[in-house]
Amino acid sequence: MPSSSPMSPARRRFLTDTARMAGGCAVAGLGLAYITSDARALPAEALRPPGALPEDDFLSACIRCGLCVRDCPYDTLKLAELGMDGPATGTPFFTAREIACEMCEDIPCVAACPTGALDKSLTNIDDAKMGTAVLVDQENCLNFLGLRCDVCYRVCPVIDEAITLEVRHNDRSGHHAIFAPTVAADRCTGCGICEKSCVLPEAAIKVLPIRLARATSADHYRKGWEEQAEKGGPVLDGIIDLPDRLPGPGTDNLAAPGGYEPAFKLPGAGQ
Amino acid sequence: MSAKTKSPVGVEAIAAKGWLGAHKWLIARRLSQTAFLMLFLVGPWFGWRVVDGTLAGSRTLNILPLTDPFITLQGSVAGHWPELTALIGALIVLAAYALIGGRMYCSWVCPINPVTDAAHWLHDRLNMPKGWQPKRHTRLWLMATVLVTSALTGTIAWEVINPIAMLHRGLVFGMGAAWGVVIAVFLFDLFVSRRGWCGHLCPVGAFYGLLGQKSLLRVSAPNRAACDDCMDCFAVCPENHVITPALRGKDGDTPLILAPDCTNCGRCIDVCSVDVFTFTHRFDDRMSVATPDAANKAA
Ligand code: SF4
Ligand code: SF4
Ligand code: SF4
Ligand code: SF4
Repeated sequence: MPSSSPMSPARRRFLTDTARMAGGCAVAGLGLAYITSDARALPAEALRPPGALPEDDFLSACIRCGLCVRDCPYDTLKLAELGMDGPATGTPFFTAREIACEMCEDIPCVAACPTGALDKSLTNIDDAKMGTAVLVDQENCLNFLGLRCDVCYRVCPVIDEAITLEVRHNDRSGHHAIFAPTVAADRCTGCGICEKSCVLPEAAIKVLPIRLARATSADHYRKGWEEQAEKGGPVLDGIIDLPDRLPGPGTDNLAAPGGYEPAFKLPGAGQ
Repeated sequence: MSAKTKSPVGVEAIAAKGWLGAHKWLIARRLSQTAFLMLFLVGPWFGWRVVDGTLAGSRTLNILPLTDPFITLQGSVAGHWPELTALIGALIVLAAYALIGGRMYCSWVCPINPVTDAAHWLHDRLNMPKGWQPKRHTRLWLMATVLVTSALTGTIAWEVINPIAMLHRGLVFGMGAAWGVVIAVFLFDLFVSRRGWCGHLCPVGAFYGLLGQKSLLRVSAPNRAACDDCMDCFAVCPENHVITPALRGKDGDTPLILAPDCTNCGRCIDVCSVDVFTFTHRFDDRMSVATPDAANKAA
């Protein structure tokens, strides 16, 4: 019976050694896995180069060769140094407030990448999505205080598309305007030039990674006005459109001074 | 260790061949290691862009891509099939090392080798005990562990701690705290385990070893009949188990060192006062014509 015969010493040693080795490797593997998971937490102020794959894919793709860094003509990109920078050791990143991405038309960083960690399908730098600028502090932004700083707006390489000045009434002074710098996230490349140029000691506009900067709308939300425009008529047929109560003259409201003319007149309403 | 008490390692070789003769492969190797490093460094230092990048991936003279095949392999099992440039680069490196011997990387290119060599030198000077000696194949297990971890975490796992990449990248792009990792390897080899890192643990070395299984360039001991048992080659060889079959082979056994662990460093050639060893190719298993001296000894 094989089961009752004593194991030969050699066989026993082999099995013990193998088990010991496997155990050691399991521990080593766990340790390694722990460090890699730790290195996956990309800090908010660290931006990846243009065309970088989503962070999870990026970490399986980037071999940390530094060719993108070498070919960046503005010294924007750096390789993360162990213990000094937040991103996974050796991976390329930039800090907008230090040196922003100048949005080179020929995108040399992407061209240099041998692995595809920076995706070659990015051919127009205006389509880059390194992050999204967010005016994080309206209380200190000079434009929001009613001044005409406008710097972030003026420097933007995608001016008037990625960032616009939206005019609104200045309630504080009562008779001035506020030119609110406003970012259109779908056009902003996240280059960081606005953040870099903000005149305040700490920038009021900051480029954040998209995961932090943007919400996602729920799947079941529909924007009625968009669907209506698409359909060219009411979404549901036979719906009764009740008169809206609007402030201002021409409605059943009291005429409010400075109120708005309604866009249309309901037959027989008001006077 | 009786050989050691007889005379310190290398003394006879220096007496017979002169200091230069007894160190020529060592010098060549140090020059090669320096040259490989300088090729990468003259770019950032002087703006001469000969080789851009790091050992992980580089571009020579703006045209030739080279990629570390072990890193490429980790990336692939982690789920990213690399672009053509990286693949071509990896294939070129694979082919080159398969031909000249995978562990040529270890002794002629790898920047950690001078570190562990220095640790070993000091280890000898201080007459330290061997310390922990894990089995040689531990590195193969570790290599497998690295690949499994890469696959499971979806990252290029070894690169988060790889001392080779950290040192090389650090020198080219900025060190940060990577010195700590390099010093740790040095101290490990000095105090914990004699020749521990390169000889037993490094999964990169293990990978390159596998790569060089059938490599062309080999060290041979055609003049083994002249061996006077001074044991100096065993003392200098970083993988000295590879010497025995070639040197102690019976008549008819090949004098070639065929074990893939051999790093082709050539120190055994240097340190042998009677010139037993030489570089040759794997099909050259000729023995040298016995000198009268050797014939006497053999008789
Ligand atoms: S687009 Fe130009 S400036 Fe921006 S990271 Fe790439 S190379 Fe540097
Ligand atoms: S060139 Fe590509 S693989 Fe190399 S460091 Fe930059 S992103 Fe990573
Ligand atoms: S980051 Fe700022 S400067 Fe760059 S595109 Fe966006 S809004 Fe413009
Ligand atoms: S074993 Fe590893 S660290 Fe040592 S020389 Fe080879 S590759 Fe470099």
